[in-house]
Amino acid sequence: MSDGALIYVRHQDKEENYLQAGHTLASWLTTTDHKRIAILYAFAITFFFFIGGLAVGLIRLELMSPGGDFLTDDAYNRLFTLHGIVMVWFFLVPSIPTTLGNFLLPMMIGAKDVAFPRLNLMSWYIFIIGACFAILSIFAGGVDTGWTFYTPFSTMFSKGDVIAAAAGVFIVGFSSIASGVNFITTVHMLRAPGMTWFRLPLFVWAMYATSIVMVLATPVLAMSLLLIIAERWLGMPIFNPANGGDPLLFQHLFWFYSHPAVYIMVLPAMGVVSEIFACFARRRVFGYAMMVYAMMAIAVIGFFVWGHHMFVAGQSQYANLVFSFLSFIVAVPSAIKVFNWTATLYRGQITFEAPMLYALGFLGLFTVGGLTGLFLASVPIDVHVTDTYFVVAHFHYIMVGGSVSAFFAGLHYWWPKITGRLYSEAWARFAAIVMFLGFNTTFMPQFIMGYGGMPRRYHVYPPEFQVWHVMSSVGALVLFVAYTLPLIYLTWSLFYGRKAGDNPWAATGLEWQTASPPPTHNFTELPQVTAPPYRYHPEHQAPDAERRQPETVQGGEP
Amino acid sequence: MTGAFPGDASIYAGEWDRFFAILIAISAIIVAAIFIVIVGFSIRYRRGSKAKRGMLPEVITNELELSWTAATAIAFIFMFWWVAMTQLKNIIPPEHPLEIHVLAKQWMWKVQQPNGVREIDELHAPVGRAVELIMTSQDVIHSLFLPALRLKKDVLPGRYTYLWFTANKPGIYHLFCSELCGTGHSRMTGRLVLMTPADYARWSAAQPGAEDLAAAGAKIFGSLGCSGCHAPSSSVHAPDLNGVFGHKVQLADGRTVTADEAYLRDSILLPQKDVVAGFEPIMPSFRGIVDDDDMVKLMAYLKSLPSKRDQP
Repeated sequence: MSDGALIYVRHQDKEENYLQAGHTLASWLTTTDHKRIAILYAFAITFFFFIGGLAVGLIRLELMSPGGDFLTDDAYNRLFTLHGIVMVWFFLVPSIPTTLGNFLLPMMIGAKDVAFPRLNLMSWYIFIIGACFAILSIFAGGVDTGWTFYTPFSTMFSKGDVIAAAAGVFIVGFSSIASGVNFITTVHMLRAPGMTWFRLPLFVWAMYATSIVMVLATPVLAMSLLLIIAERWLGMPIFNPANGGDPLLFQHLFWFYSHPAVYIMVLPAMGVVSEIFACFARRRVFGYAMMVYAMMAIAVIGFFVWGHHMFVAGQSQYANLVFSFLSFIVAVPSAIKVFNWTATLYRGQITFEAPMLYALGFLGLFTVGGLTGLFLASVPIDVHVTDTYFVVAHFHYIMVGGSVSAFFAGLHYWWPKITGRLYSEAWARFAAIVMFLGFNTTFMPQFIMGYGGMPRRYHVYPPEFQVWHVMSSVGALVLFVAYTLPLIYLTWSLFYGRKAGDNPWAATGLEWQTASPPPTHNFTELPQVTAPPYRYHPEHQAPDAERRQPETVQGGEP
Repeated sequence: MTGAFPGDASIYAGEWDRFFAILIAISAIIVAAIFIVIVGFSIRYRRGSKAKRGMLPEVITNELELSWTAATAIAFIFMFWWVAMTQLKNIIPPEHPLEIHVLAKQWMWKVQQPNGVREIDELHAPVGRAVELIMTSQDVIHSLFLPALRLKKDVLPGRYTYLWFTANKPGIYHLFCSELCGTGHSRMTGRLVLMTPADYARWSAAQPGAEDLAAAGAKIFGSLGCSGCHAPSSSVHAPDLNGVFGHKVQLADGRTVTADEAYLRDSILLPQKDVVAGFEPIMPSFRGIVDDDDMVKLMAYLKSLPSKRDQP
């Protein structure tokens, strides 16, 4: 750790907070403050969340009737491709890491910023440049390959603007890599005195595991997208069998990134809810060490299961069995985490504020998503339900039921810290419940349709599936309301919300031991860490039924 | 359509459904158990409740954690073993199946019956007999999905993939393309028509264009001049093709391959790729000359050639 990082200036009067550090647009666009960059990212991903949501709104509207009479075939294909590309690379992958991660990771380890603040700002600009390419591809006519870009369709046959979209995703990948490098370095180099590895909050461990996957997997995606551009633009024979290429090679490369990418999307969610369960059950996280090992195991084993996306692709049956086995194995640490979160509630002093409701929603939906993952890891089951709505339902349970619920949980939990204001608790609880119900209404029928053999990416479909599609579309409408509500009441709270105080939840993490909103350098003095995380109660003794005060906070300014 | 929601037209489909139902039941039990525990804890240990808190029991230790980790791992490995056993049975292709060729193209399924009858977006097959689909694509990756049989397999350009089934319930079922293949993907659908063997025989005899695929292949073999070199009487030194299908071939570079559809196709279109040991690489490529329909017939002809070992 360089000495420079340790210099904190003590102010006699209250230091101005990070929001007051500059009010001009230029002050935001040139900031190197990790908290302000997190806000910049939040604006960008919120924009994309609603773009992707708009696309799927049109899709669900179309699927209300089986005849495909509202959109053309090509428009439909372009909309679900847009939905997939935007939601995966411009919302889910960056969602928690670049907003909550960026904002909180340095604060949680007692640092005044990330290790490379300028690289951090640069990663946002790279994200925006990549996003421009993606938007360009939409306005240039769209892409019809699905977010998976399967060859040789994407390279030789698609009429869409594949090159611009692939370039956008390629560029955005560098933003992921930059964030990953930044977080890894920050955790290694900038932990405050006393913040040992096994005192790191689980959210920090989750970001660390995610960052490793980002840095190792994203280059493979970059490579495969470059190969697509090379074949489509320059005519180099790579994937097209007519020129001696290998059509399956792309799928291997793509899923070698895209399966670990699932863990890029879900590991941060696991980190978020670990913080929240501990805080609102007033309990130490059950099996802290095991939680850490489980996350690292998921990050590592996640690299060896990509072949389960290719059980019917023409891969060897024996390879299928190996990938099936590894997929069952990677489910073990996830199951352990579910047990540990549940056990964390045992003998707690549980309250049900909005973050806790969102986190409980995560737990239920993630469990369903995980269990259906076991179905898909079973080769014969997968043969029938792969590329049907069963798979669509499964991964939405993980990524939307899991990751997006956790994102909202985290957003509500840290909102008072980020903005200094409290939102309307009643509205927030209402939105959490509506989101849970709307989600299940949308996606549970899709499991049933999938079993019935309804293929995904179908614009026109046999009429016997209509009833399930209508249910799903009604659910989607409810979800739309549930996702719009926070936009309204959170915005409202910025102007009219009560002042939150520094630590409204009486939480133990370092980020709560400073002002809300935090000062520009997070702490006025270098914090000292004196305890492991989650000391809500004495070691062998459960928390009191009423008293909120934790046994000890993790540390603070001396 | 009767029975299960997607229809079940084979014994395998019934087995599959039972297996699926067991997984659903296990999952439902797990979800219910977790739900009950979470809701139970939430109520019992809500703030201000009178539930016993105090000193934590000794059982909350590493042993508890290790034991449920081990239990989960064993349960998952057992599930894998069970699934794998079900799966392994079906890895082995049936003997002497009825071979039906399937050619996928944007956005159409072209089917060719063993007797040469062609169909578009329909696949007629008899029940009670093993059927093997030999599939390839002319353009992008498609996927043949037969929900009533719980089967699906991607159809790739430049390669052959195989799907086999023995159906047991005559009827008309869905046939879908389940890999995104462009504009008309959702319209690349058709009908799987399963018939009793008698109906199937009657149907296929009544279709126009019925010809013996192998005989048609023999004609092409002659007209393209293949027989000029490959006939036993030829003066050109070329491999004898009698009985080549399904047998091992020694290549000039030392590899040994089995002469399957993919190998024969490559040897016709890309003859320099796998040169048979002991022969000069003099064969010209037939790329652009032999189209996919002709290829089906040539394959049938080559397969029909008797092996010397089989001859008395």
